[in-house]
Amino acid sequence: MPDTAPSAGFWKRNQLRIAPILFLAPGALMFLIYVLIPIVQSVWISFHDWDGLGAKVWIGLGNYAELLDDDTFYVALKNNLIWLALYLLAIPMGLAAALFLNQSVWGIRLYKSLFFFPFVISQVVVGLMFTWFYAPDFGLFSQAIHWLTGAEVAILADERFVTLGIIAAGLWPQTAYCMILYLTGLNNLNPEQIEAARMDNARGWRLLWHVILPQLAPATFIAMVVTVIGALRSFDLVSIMTAGGPYGSSQVLSYFMYEQALSEYGYRMGYGAAIAVVLFLIMMVFITLFIVRMIAQERNR
Amino acid sequence: MTMFKALAGLAISALLMGSAAFAGEIVINSDHSDPAPKKAMEELIADFQAKHPDITVKWNNFDHEGYKAAIRNFLTADPPDVAAWYAGNRMAPFVEAGLFEDVSDVWAANGLDDQLKSSAASMTIDGKKWGVPYTYYQWGIYYRADIFKEQGIEPPKTWAELLAASEKLHAAGIAPFAIGTKALWPTGGWFDYLNLRVNGYEFHMDLTAGKVPYTDPRVKAVFEKWAELVTPGYFLENHAAIDWQDAIPQMVQGKAAMYLMGNFAVATMKEGGLTEDQIGFMQFPEITPGIPMAEEAPTDTFHIPAGAKNKEDAKVFLAYLASPEAQAKMNATLGQLPVNNQAAKPADKFLEAGFNMLSNAYALAQFYDRDTDAEMAKAGMEGFQEFMVKPDQIDRILERLEKVRAKVYK
Repeated sequence: MPDTAPSAGFWKRNQLRIAPILFLAPGALMFLIYVLIPIVQSVWISFHDWDGLGAKVWIGLGNYAELLDDDTFYVALKNNLIWLALYLLAIPMGLAAALFLNQSVWGIRLYKSLFFFPFVISQVVVGLMFTWFYAPDFGLFSQAIHWLTGAEVAILADERFVTLGIIAAGLWPQTAYCMILYLTGLNNLNPEQIEAARMDNARGWRLLWHVILPQLAPATFIAMVVTVIGALRSFDLVSIMTAGGPYGSSQVLSYFMYEQALSEYGYRMGYGAAIAVVLFLIMMVFITLFIVRMIAQERNR
Repeated sequence: MTMFKALAGLAISALLMGSAAFAGEIVINSDHSDPAPKKAMEELIADFQAKHPDITVKWNNFDHEGYKAAIRNFLTADPPDVAAWYAGNRMAPFVEAGLFEDVSDVWAANGLDDQLKSSAASMTIDGKKWGVPYTYYQWGIYYRADIFKEQGIEPPKTWAELLAASEKLHAAGIAPFAIGTKALWPTGGWFDYLNLRVNGYEFHMDLTAGKVPYTDPRVKAVFEKWAELVTPGYFLENHAAIDWQDAIPQMVQGKAAMYLMGNFAVATMKEGGLTEDQIGFMQFPEITPGIPMAEEAPTDTFHIPAGAKNKEDAKVFLAYLASPEAQAKMNATLGQLPVNNQAAKPADKFLEAGFNMLSNAYALAQFYDRDTDAEMAKAGMEGFQEFMVKPDQIDRILERLEKVRAKVYK
């Protein structure tokens, strides 16, 4: 740029540098106000003893020390791991449903929407329906178990089964979600590749594994992300179906946080914030993995 | 012109002063969302306005569950002039945070120390009164009188008789006790009564105030008595999966015979199809002989927030709320008991029994989750629920409760 240009004005000279900042500003501001600042605040509160009304008392790592000594925390952590492992079943189940529905018969749209239905209804409704499904005496599930084995099992009152029972309820809508992701993926398959594979005599499982699935990788990735995050923030179902019971055995971190900080028996903001920070760190592990993978993919392009 | 302005100013200020004197407004926030409490509240406000036409009442009615969270916000952000809450330790956090106004003067000026005597202790913190109670209700054992007659059982007066009655019912294929512990709190009623009867009121209050460790042998003794009912399977099966209302059909169908509950359960039992003659009420039987009988009577209250704008008129309202006439009428609608001992006796059979029982009570407990710290209450009731499923784990459970107690009351 020649030296005679100062008259061109500040804007002209810096347009290329300023414009992106201006475009980013509204989003960045929202992100700052609604995401970054609350995260910092949560961390800050987690170093205090605070009931939400009185003065905050600085106790350093006191809340975290207490957390490590809290039996409920370990129950919640263990249940979160079970959630994480079993919730992932939604992905193969969603794939199976998608493959099954990916055909053109009369009325398939109706079937597709019926399969998708559980994802449309609220988690609260799902929770209530499964609560009645499991209810002793009149629940369909208990009746079936009674008819099959002669014994009665109250799923939601039995510490051995309660978490599994809630996860089963959660899998119902989550499978539908994964199914939709795979259905859109299946629409975008490359027909030439499949044709070529068929000519090479690939069919059935081999065709699925070596030709279809690699093409569905983006859908699998998204399904994985939403399912892992869904498992870690499982809150609504636990709250509706058991409220963490019986005697805290279906507790998960997100509900534990709510219970300590905001429920009728809680209002320990600092302790709740400490749980939130721990949950955030666990999520961070997964989020980092996903982001690293995404960046790697973009570089390869 | 200036003359006119001055006159106008005078007139306006007189108008303003006049309106300030005649149009005092008080804002009441409460959680009377169920039909009966709502009607009682509407009547109370209408009667109050008839008596004090110079005070306008603005009433915000909240959903019962939502209120517990809402009160924390509005007390600090936008305090009303009067707010509903509960007695005992439930009001302690607000009192300690300086959010409730001391109303000892309302008590003194209206002779309430005498008329509301039964609740005075539970309204007092640091020697001051922090609100006015207007209703409570009794707890006790509601039983199927017709089933008792069929089985030839007399309402038990002692622990041994209760065990014998339970055994008889159990042998006849009837669950002696209905209970639903999903929401945890019904277990608190059992613990309270067993502790009140085994160790007495003073010990119970010391325990709920965090002064006694849960590993104390006297606490263990309570659970030993409880185990005499749990181990033989005298409670409804699968109680951890159901709410307290879900256990009522079992009683209506004759599959369960007794229910330790608050008096509000009678309405649900009647709705379920039981007639008044089929339901009996008895006091929780004696366990340790000679221990004076204390009872459970959760009390509902009204308070003046410290940030209220119109405290003068709010105090007029509290004084009216405490009066025998207001309490008698309100509780007739609520189906509960007036706290004021000058109020007319209720006509209902169960309320009359409750009134007699409570007026002869040695002392009144509020309820486990109102008497003890909230966090302790949660852990405690979870422990009670676990004990009712796995009675052999009692030592582990009590150690866990002791850990929580040591943490909460340090």
